[in-house]
Amino acid sequence: MLPNPMQLPLVEFRDVSYQIAGRVVLSGVSFSVDAGETLVLLGRSGSGKTTALKMTNGMLFPTSGQVLVEGRGTRDWDPIQLKRHIGYVIQEVGLFPHFTISRNVGLVPTLEKKQGIDQRVDLLLEMVGLPSKDFRNRYPRQLSGGQRQRAGVARALAAEPPLLLLDEPFGALDPVTRLELQDQFLKLRRDLNTTSIFVTHDIREAMRIGTRIILLANGKIDWIAPAEDFRSADTPEARAFLRTYA
Amino acid sequence: MLSDLLELTGEHLLLVAIAMALAIAIGVPSGIFLTRHEGARRWMLGFASVMQTIPSLALFGFLIPIPFIGGIGKRTVIVALVLYALLPIMRNTFVGIVNVDRAVCESAIAMGMTDGQLLRQVQLPLAAQTILAGIRVATVTTIGTATIAAAIGGGGLGVFIFRGVATVDTTQILAGAVPAACMALLADGGLGWIERKLSPG
Repeated sequence: MLPNPMQLPLVEFRDVSYQIAGRVVLSGVSFSVDAGETLVLLGRSGSGKTTALKMTNGMLFPTSGQVLVEGRGTRDWDPIQLKRHIGYVIQEVGLFPHFTISRNVGLVPTLEKKQGIDQRVDLLLEMVGLPSKDFRNRYPRQLSGGQRQRAGVARALAAEPPLLLLDEPFGALDPVTRLELQDQFLKLRRDLNTTSIFVTHDIREAMRIGTRIILLANGKIDWIAPAEDFRSADTPEARAFLRTYA
Repeated sequence: MLSDLLELTGEHLLLVAIAMALAIAIGVPSGIFLTRHEGARRWMLGFASVMQTIPSLALFGFLIPIPFIGGIGKRTVIVALVLYALLPIMRNTFVGIVNVDRAVCESAIAMGMTDGQLLRQVQLPLAAQTILAGIRVATVTTIGTATIAAAIGGGGLGVFIFRGVATVDTTQILAGAVPAACMALLADGGLGWIERKLSPG
């Protein structure tokens, strides 16, 4: 990916709050994501991390504050363009069961009526470790959970998005497969220099994958630190998470 | 007798075909509409349910005095048949779409599909089996209900049945009932076969 010409952060949260049905999900959250980073949003269930992720591609909008993508507020983007511009991987994968793997992976380029989709799909499948000749014509139900998740990552990368959002992508996998996919993810990051926001509740995964970690607790930023310094985090919530790491 | 049988079977088929075409043309879009407009759900499904509870002979009777759609003859019959067929089609369309895996719909939206693309490329194909099941149930019921059309001059195989009942002639009754039953079985089998073919993947 090209370096950001204006030196703007790729994503910026400015004092973002979100309430729904009288419940405060996020309050006063500010952070930014620079190109090449893997920012991990770490937190318990209900800490607001998925909400923050959904605000980044305009699935949700802040009740107050602003989310900027490439310097432009998410409300000012065309909502469809913003979503196609950002890759998204969810835990349950959400591959279309009636599409073959290659049609699933080529979805966004097809929506955008791009050329050379077949070659791109083959390349991506190889990149995520699903040999194209074996997998392109299969249906999602013919794949294992780990293979489906790989296909999900390939689909998110298909339109060469400058930013990838991952919502506990490996959460439902067995520990061995999860480790393999984490390695795959790190390799992809080296090869493609992707920028991503990665949501997880697993501190081991956060430390392995992240370049920077934000710990969310009750909708607020509890601690923010580069991954290698996170061990010295010193709040009750951070200590609670670090206890699971030992 | 044989030429009568062919003619009335043809008439019966035509009544059912027109009624089903109209019911699908109204029911499927209404079902889709319900998935997008929560407010309309209760009264539209309620209306269709109430229609189904009215005994068929009574419904024909109610429709006769209504101007434009009523009167004696095929038009009234078709209106009544459509009203009956509407509920299973509308409800199955609605249920089929609403029950599509939430993760699949969410990822479709997150990928930047427009609502129309989500509907056409994801929701309708994945709901097709359920929608078709509704159409199948409605068709089988309509074939049976259409035999009552003869009571208000709509023709069809009911002509044999009413004539047979009036003259206590079992052969006549069977001449109407057996072809109608065969038609229903064929429709059930044929549509069921398509339904299985539509299973995703």
